[in-house]
Formats: sequence, C-alpha cells, structure tokens
Amino acid sequence: MTLANATVQSGRHGPPGGPRDRPPGPVNRNAGTWFLVLPALIPILILSVGPLLYGIALAFTDAQSGRTRSTQWVGVLNFQDLLHDGLFWESFRIGLVWAVGVTVPQFVLGLGLALLLNENLRMRWLARALAIIPWAMPEVVVGIMWRLVYNPDAGILNETIRDLGLGDGRDWLTGLATALPAVILVGVWAGMPQTTVALLAGLQNTPHELHEAAALDGAGAWRRFRTVTWPALRPVALSITALNFIWNFNAFALVYVLTNGGPGGRTRLPMLFAYEEAFRYGQFGYAAAMGCVMVAVISVILAVYLAGRLRGGEDR
Amino acid sequence: MSLRTSRPVRAGQYLALLCYLVFLAFPFLWLISTAFKPAPELGSLHPTWIPENPTLDNFRQAFDEQPLLRAAANSLIAALSAGVIAVLIATPMAYVMARHRSRLSTAATGWVVVSQAFPFVLLIIPLFLVLKNLHLINTLWGLIMVYVVWALPFALWMLVGYVRAVPPELEEAAAVDGAGRLRTLVSVTAPLLAPGIVATALFAFITAWNEFFFALVLLKTPEKQTLPVVLTHFLGAEGASDLGPLAAAAFLATLPSLVLFAVIQRRITGGMLAGAVKS
Repeated sequence: MTLANATVQSGRHGPPGGPRDRPPGPVNRNAGTWFLVLPALIPILILSVGPLLYGIALAFTDAQSGRTRSTQWVGVLNFQDLLHDGLFWESFRIGLVWAVGVTVPQFVLGLGLALLLNENLRMRWLARALAIIPWAMPEVVVGIMWRLVYNPDAGILNETIRDLGLGDGRDWLTGLATALPAVILVGVWAGMPQTTVALLAGLQNTPHELHEAAALDGAGAWRRFRTVTWPALRPVALSITALNFIWNFNAFALVYVLTNGGPGGRTRLPMLFAYEEAFRYGQFGYAAAMGCVMVAVISVILAVYLAGRLRGGEDR
Repeated sequence: MSLRTSRPVRAGQYLALLCYLVFLAFPFLWLISTAFKPAPELGSLHPTWIPENPTLDNFRQAFDEQPLLRAAANSLIAALSAGVIAVLIATPMAYVMARHRSRLSTAATGWVVVSQAFPFVLLIIPLFLVLKNLHLINTLWGLIMVYVVWALPFALWMLVGYVRAVPPELEEAAAVDGAGRLRTLVSVTAPLLAPGIVATALFAFITAWNEFFFALVLLKTPEKQTLPVVLTHFLGAEGASDLGPLAAAAFLATLPSLVLFAVIQRRITGGMLAGAVKS
C-alpha cells in the first residue's frame, strides 16, 4: 500500500533508521493497516484507555465495594473531603520527599557511575554485570533482601556498625526517624542501574573529537564536562529524571514489603494510602479521587520542571 | 582514549568504582549468605558473611512452608502468555507506527507516554470492577490480560525502534522483484526483526514475572497467586528461624529474571534508545 508511495519518494530517504517525513496519504486508512493495528488497539481501548476514563469518572461518584445500592454521582464531594483529609496530605508530603529523595541521588550516583564506566577502567565489566541485579530483580525480592540487611539482630548493617565500634546499631525500618531514609536508600539502590545505563548510552553519543579539541585548547576536566559532555547529555538526563520521578512517586511494592507504610504512617506513600482506601476499606470513589489528585500534581510539577529546564537550555 | 589521565585521578576513579561495586553487590551477597545459613547461625548475635556450616535446609523448608512450586507455575504461565501475546499484537502495530506517519501513530505514541504517568491505582480500581463483571477476578486469565496491556507501551516503544532500523529500501527492493506485500513482510522484514521481537518478548516476560501490585489486587486465593505475592506471605512474624527460608525463596524467585536479563541486556538498552532517539 505505501510501497508505491515509498518508491516515488525513495530519493528523499535519509540514512537507514533516520526520521522519515512521509506525508500521511489516503493509503494509510485502508483495510490492511486496520488489520495490523486492531489486535493491539482493541485491548488498549478496552483495558487501558477505557479504564483510565472510567477511573476518572469514578472519582466523582460514591462507588464502594460490596454495596447493593447503585452508585450515585456526588460531584466534587470526594475532592472536598480530600482537601480536609490531613492523613492524605501527610502521605502526599511523604510521597514527594520520597520521590525527590530517591530521584536526585539516583541521578547523581548514576551519572557518577556512568562517567566512570565511560573511562577505560579495568573492572568495568564487573560493574556492568552487577548493575543487572537491581534492575532485573523483582521489587518484592529487593524489599526482602534489604529487610535482611536492615534486620536488627541478624542483619549485616548492624553487625558492621558493631564491628566498627560505632554502637549497637538500631532497628532501622521501625524507628520513627530512620524508616523513611532507610527506605529511600533502597529506592536509590533499585533505580540507579537503569539511570546509569541510560546516561552511559547518552555519554557514548557525545562527540569524542570535541573532547580532544577542548583538551588541546587546555580545558580542564570540569570545563570539558560543562561545555562538551553536558550539552550532549542534557536531553537524556532530562527524560530519565522526569521518568524516574514519575515512577518513584507511583512506587508501591518496595515500600509495601519493607515497612507496609509504617511505623505510624511515616513511610505511607500515596500509592499505599490509596491502595488501602480502595481494597481494605472498599472506598473506590474516594481512592479514585486520590489517584486524580496524584496525576494532577505530578503533571504540574513535571510541566514546571521540564519547561524550566528547556528554557535554561536555550539560554546557553 | 588519547586523553591522558594522571595517576592520582586514576586511583581516585578506581576507588570510586570500588565503592559502587560494593554498594551494588553487598545486599545480594548477604541474601545468598542468609539463604545457605543453618538456623543456629541465623540466630547468632554475630552473623558472618560466609556460612560456617552451609546448608540446603532453608530451601527445603521454604518449599514446605509455602506453595512455591504452584506459585512458580502460575508466574510462568502468566509471564509466558503475557510475553507472547504482547509481542504478537504489538509487532504489527509497531510496524504501522514506524512506517506510516498518521494521526493514529501520533495518538498511539501519546498513549505510550501518558500511560507511563498514570498511577496504577487509578487504573486498577476500574480494571478490578471490569474484570469482576467478566468473572475474571482471581483467575490467571484476568491477570494475563492486564499484563499484556501493561507491557504494551514499552513493547511498542522498543519494537518501533527495531522496525525503523530495518531499511525500507529492502522492502522496496523485494516489491520491485515482484514480491507481494505479505510475502515481503514475512520473508524480508520478519527475519530482520526477529532478534528485536525476541528481546521484547523476554522483556515483557521479565516485567510480568516480577510484577506485584496487580497480582496482589487481582488474585485472592493462595493456589492462584504468583510468586511475588506468595513471597510476601513469608513476611510478618519472621523470627530468626524464618529468615533462612525467606532468603532461599527470594533467591530462587530472582534467578529466572537475572538469567534472562543478562541475555537481553544489550538489546534492551539499544531498543530503549532507538525508540527514544527517533520519536
């Protein structure tokens, strides 16, 4: 169907894999295309787009589980209730602390490791191999593993602290002050490799000749990073931090296994809160409203972040 | 590398790399160590890195305590079906998205991005209600359907990248030689795409194998549950004696993901970037 179209224009093709700017022709709308698209499109519409819209609609109802009376529209009542729900906003605050607390070190440590792996060091292969572990591991296992590390008696962390003579150690995951930092550390560990690999790929795309030219001109390592590496790395860095932030804010399994929101709600991320509201207390409508608020706030934060960063890029 | 690096800088780099290696490896080594320790050593106040009397008791006990084999079978069925179905339906669509720029492709790309930003809770409540009406709650089929759709954004993203890497000129050449459209797809495009398709299917397999949240909500009875959900049953009142079986089961549950991931790691990175660069 587009083959005729394509042969006519083949003179305009870029190198293989380059962007194609073929204009959309009427050929795109024929039966063959639909035949190829429908097997994926139908499930997407029924199980993703539909439920998302349904979910947003539920936020404006009093839907509950196991109720015989039919569900009623309640307008913005759920959102009004949310506004005065101190527990939810506390959970939201914890979610933001967690998301920022995980995303920033993930990026900084990931960048550090990526820069190291980009050098000609001897143990590189080992680091690459080890980086697979956190990335491939089920989140539940990551949580279990770190529970073993943090275990007050049989854990290696307290044993190391005792060996170093730094005191008796403590019960990290149940201490009011230590639970959130301890959980954040696990989040950083789990997400760092993916960030590293993305940044490393970005680094390997930076022009090597520019580096050498800058070095010949006497630019130091920091100068070279600022003027040559960073501009090339910037798009990758922006998208991976934005994605990490979203993923982290929506995290569930890791904290569910590590602390299940405790102690005293100190690590109760918004997802855990909404999960309990929906599937422990059966408040579907209210939980859906929480989901909507989460999406809205995340979108605003990301829009501000990306707009600010992109503008910063143009100023250079 | 023609840029010389001075000695102290090199030493610093190696030191930093060593710190990274320790940070990445130590929790996993501790998990393995715990899995092979006999109960008395686990209860000891001074745990050691290397078990003094390594044992396989923990593995046996883990299988006694929880229906791990059953759970592993459930996980395998769910992950395998999700991987295969996701790739089967995503590949044709990815082909269209890569080769034709149309409103449909734009909308699909938009959906891929938006679906990443939505909190699962907003998706799981309606899905739960829909699947309940279809009597698919607490069945593997319901879970598989959710996994397929959940794996689609990433599968499409990767596959679009792989399709773009196949030069359209090859397809045109086949057409000039008189091959029909279907023939071209089957005998020219498909073989070139095969490695990418396999990598995508394996990736979907791994994500489904590791998935926890949907399985937790959708599967209620223990004999239906997948491995990550069953693993959480070890938690709770874990005394020192239960740490061993917990570690052993967690270690076993990780092995399939680790092995498969090691196989496809390079391709995943390539696919992620291919999709990222060209969209």
